[in-house]
Amino acid sequence: MTATTPLLDASDLTLRAGTRELVRGLSLRVHSGELWCVLGPNGSGKTTLLHTLAAVRAPSSGRVVLMGCDVAHTPPEQLARRRGLLTQTVHDSFAASALEVVLLGRHPHHDRWSFDDDEDRRVAHDALAAVDAATLAARDVTTLSGGERQRVAIAALLAQCVPLMLLDEPTAHLDLKHQIGMLEHLRGLVRSGEHAAVIALHDLNLAARFASHALVLGAGSAVGGRTDEVMTESTLSAAFEYPLRRVRVGERWLYVVE
Amino acid sequence: MARALRIWLLLALLAAAALALALSLGSQAIATPDLLRALLHRDDGVDAQIVHELRLPRALAAFGTGGLLALAGALMQVLLRNPLADPYVMGASGGAAVGALTAMLCGLGAAFTQGAAFGGALASTALVFALARREFAGAALADPGLGAPRLLLAGVMLAALWTALVTLLLTLSPEARIRGMLFWLAGDLSAGSGGAAALAVLALLVVAVWPLGRSLNVMLRGPVMALSLGVHVVALRRVLFVLASLATAVAMTSSGAVGFVGLVVPHALRLAIGNDQRVLLPACALAGGSLLLLADTAARTAMAPQQLPVGLVTALLGVPTFLALLLGRAR
Repeated sequence: MTATTPLLDASDLTLRAGTRELVRGLSLRVHSGELWCVLGPNGSGKTTLLHTLAAVRAPSSGRVVLMGCDVAHTPPEQLARRRGLLTQTVHDSFAASALEVVLLGRHPHHDRWSFDDDEDRRVAHDALAAVDAATLAARDVTTLSGGERQRVAIAALLAQCVPLMLLDEPTAHLDLKHQIGMLEHLRGLVRSGEHAAVIALHDLNLAARFASHALVLGAGSAVGGRTDEVMTESTLSAAFEYPLRRVRVGERWLYVVE
Repeated sequence: MARALRIWLLLALLAAAALALALSLGSQAIATPDLLRALLHRDDGVDAQIVHELRLPRALAAFGTGGLLALAGALMQVLLRNPLADPYVMGASGGAAVGALTAMLCGLGAAFTQGAAFGGALASTALVFALARREFAGAALADPGLGAPRLLLAGVMLAALWTALVTLLLTLSPEARIRGMLFWLAGDLSAGSGGAAALAVLALLVVAVWPLGRSLNVMLRGPVMALSLGVHVVALRRVLFVLASLATAVAMTSSGAVGFVGLVVPHALRLAIGNDQRVLLPACALAGGSLLLLADTAARTAMAPQQLPVGLVTALLGVPTFLALLLGRAR
């Protein structure tokens, strides 16, 4: 795959939730090496967009092409080796160790007859270590705190080892140190050139610091492009319907609510 | 895999021990050496006759039924992602009860009663499927968290309807038939028939669900997670529903509505051996069969010559065992 072929090519997407139209005519191209953040107020369609890009739901119109294949006509087991999704909420009804949950991320790499091998366990332990959760491996996920559970879910996504990672508010429940650590790890992965990530975030300052590209959803419109070009005072203020200021502190832009 | 084989072997030994116990205990106790001879030589006196004509058919029916109920319970719990689901949660027991009691009220024989129970269970299950068909369509997945609750509620409501009809049938029945009806409702194996069919279906189902085990493990973490990990969630949910319903219907044909086996056995095994469905499902078949076999042996010997409905024994054994496991773990 050459650098010019996008990993993900979504064209002319229209998304609805019930009868409400969230986004119309959205096109988005994500290449390897890019870290996109999706910004927007509550109900602007961030989760719906991520689920559509992950092909766990169909768009009202438009199409999503992942690594050259239309996702509507690609079997789920093939999709699962190309993209992974971190959902916003995980509800655990049954006990399982954190390691077992992370090992589920290896599911797409196995046929129905095989059991997890040493390689799977190595990948799973590495993934737990990457989110500072190595010590949680043997713990029962139903006894973990919200932030710990979130880190285990992120580790499961990392263990899936997919080119495209879609994450719905991965920083939710995480403390400051783990927010930064997790985003640094994702940025490192993406910069290695093999991966891309699309992340729904609420924190504008984290988005500005870690993302190479941004997609701002709001009031039915979508603006996408390089972070410094898209995350302007006027675009963000219009999307969030609240005045925002952008100030320069050292090397970085900081966003301040008026 | 080696661990799974060890667990299955242990449970198979338990099953063999339960079978030996069931065949030797009764109004005429048979010692172990005599038991072996009686098993091998069909025409060798009274002992052989008792074993072959009375105890063995009933033991096989108990084992097959128990295995089917435990397997159905485990599958329903995965389908609904609800640890409190049991084989009857979709109203299958109510449908079977309405069928069986109607046959009894009309004075039809045992074969008709069994057929009516099987038909009633399947009809009730088909009705739930039709009512909740949207939950088995792809669109339900677009709305994560939906699906299972509505399916569950449709089943619960239908079960309430069947309960009302059962009350009506009991009210209409002449006194002489009520006792048989109550035994059926509590779960009773004294007919001792249908064992071969139950065992054959049990074996087929274990072989059919085992290759799905990996996907079922992923399904436990929710439909969206399963879909993003490449599981054919819609198709798998349908398959689960059909297999669990079939297991329940066949089980109820030989035993009526035996409670607790389908809830307690999968739970107890999960606490003891973990929740990998590839290990758990065959283990459920073995342990469920053994439990019901032991319970039935107790039911016919504890207050002999009075026979108790086996459902009473499973409740008396199952509830304290389950509570002990549950509270022991919480400590």
